Amino acid sequence: MTDPKQLLVSAIESGTVIDHIPAVTLFKVIKILGLDKIKNQITFGTNLESKTDGRKAIIKIAGKFFQDDDINRIALVAPQAKLNIIKDYKVVEKRVVEVPDEVSAIAKCMNPKCITNFEKVTTRFKVVSKKPVALKCHYCEKITDQERLEII
Amino acid sequence: METRSLVSIDDLTTAEILKILKLAAAFEKNPVQDILRGKVVATLFFEPSTRTRLSFESAVNKLGGKIIGFTDSSTSSVTKGETLNDTIRTVNNYVDLIVMRHPIEGSARYASEISTVPVVNAGDGANQHPTQTLLDLYSIMKTQGKLENLNICMVGDLKYGRTVHSLMMAMSRWNTSFNFVAPDELKMPDEYKFYLDNLGLKYRETTDLNSVIDKADIVYMTRVQKERFSDPMEYEKVKNAYVLHDYMLADTKPGMRILHPLPRVNEINPDVDSNEKAYYFEQALNGVFTRQAIICTLLGIK
Repeated sequence: MTDPKQLLVSAIESGTVIDHIPAVTLFKVIKILGLDKIKNQITFGTNLESKTDGRKAIIKIAGKFFQDDDINRIALVAPQAKLNIIKDYKVVEKRVVEVPDEVSAIAKCMNPKCITNFEKVTTRFKVVSKKPVALKCHYCEKITDQERLEII
Repeated sequence: METRSLVSIDDLTTAEILKILKLAAAFEKNPVQDILRGKVVATLFFEPSTRTRLSFESAVNKLGGKIIGFTDSSTSSVTKGETLNDTIRTVNNYVDLIVMRHPIEGSARYASEISTVPVVNAGDGANQHPTQTLLDLYSIMKTQGKLENLNICMVGDLKYGRTVHSLMMAMSRWNTSFNFVAPDELKMPDEYKFYLDNLGLKYRETTDLNSVIDKADIVYMTRVQKERFSDPMEYEKVKNAYVLHDYMLADTKPGMRILHPLPRVNEINPDVDSNEKAYYFEQALNGVFTRQAIICTLLGIK
């Protein structure tokens, strides 16, 4: 045995590992990335001990590689997430997520009087601050801040 | 202009604003023309606003256009549960332009994205009311002969007042000095003050109208709206905080003019009305010319 540390979530041959997801937002990440709708083999672990993040979650998706635009969609719920791109059981690339300049169809507008909360309108926001996150609604022009951020 | 609809004053560049004001001045000289003959404009008022609607209808009628629409959603298919999406998709088949007032914020932006004809936002809840802002700008331009380097004193409800927020943001393009006069409960929200800070513009906040009124070129009065208060005691405390009387105008600048988006309740004493500095009724008339300019611009007629 070369590595005495036992892996809690088994390794993949090729694909993407998303690490350092806050345990509480794991299922939001799954939903945002549409992992509940794809046929790839996916393993995940949650409530894992992390030295830096408290309780974290990890997702391993076999045979799946993400575009930056897609992966940045999770930045709102997992800003610390790190991606390892795996080929032949080896990490060939590491990536971090970045809050995009605009977000669409992810967050809910916190303004109860906004049209997006009345009719089937796809939400759209301009990101006016990245840390902490603040979103300006394209429709009602009100700000939704990190505290009141709700994922659809 | 790039967008054919007018949803928010920020949709317009400074050049576009000035062009609309110039056109409004031309309509003031010649308000009755036949240039909208054959055009039909819808006024969809999902909540009542008599003043705004009449102003738009007068603007269209004087230019020979026709008006269809409703004045209250209880008389439209909205009461049957129709979505805004469906209303707009239907009505845009009948008309050349839609003027819409709606209580839901962001409804005008949404309508403008669906509609095949230009949409003019005549107020979407507490959000935007750009034609009011343009008529305010026109009134300022007309009475002061310029928009640059003016001293504007905004009085009353600066917290919830949509018109003061839009006007402040618009006037910040022309190096304006602002004085904000409001009771503590109704002060200008921080986000707007940050906006001015970022532009490096000067402003002063005070609760004492008399200390700033003599320097003002424009005094912009607003009504304290009862419906904004959850506690009726709070309303009683501030409702008469700022009432403008004729004697208070004695030492003001000769060219100073008083604006008010109307309706007025008791924040301007009627003894001010006969003072030449009272301008709020002319301001309402300017609304007709400004709306003529907006409609013709969006239709590409002028």
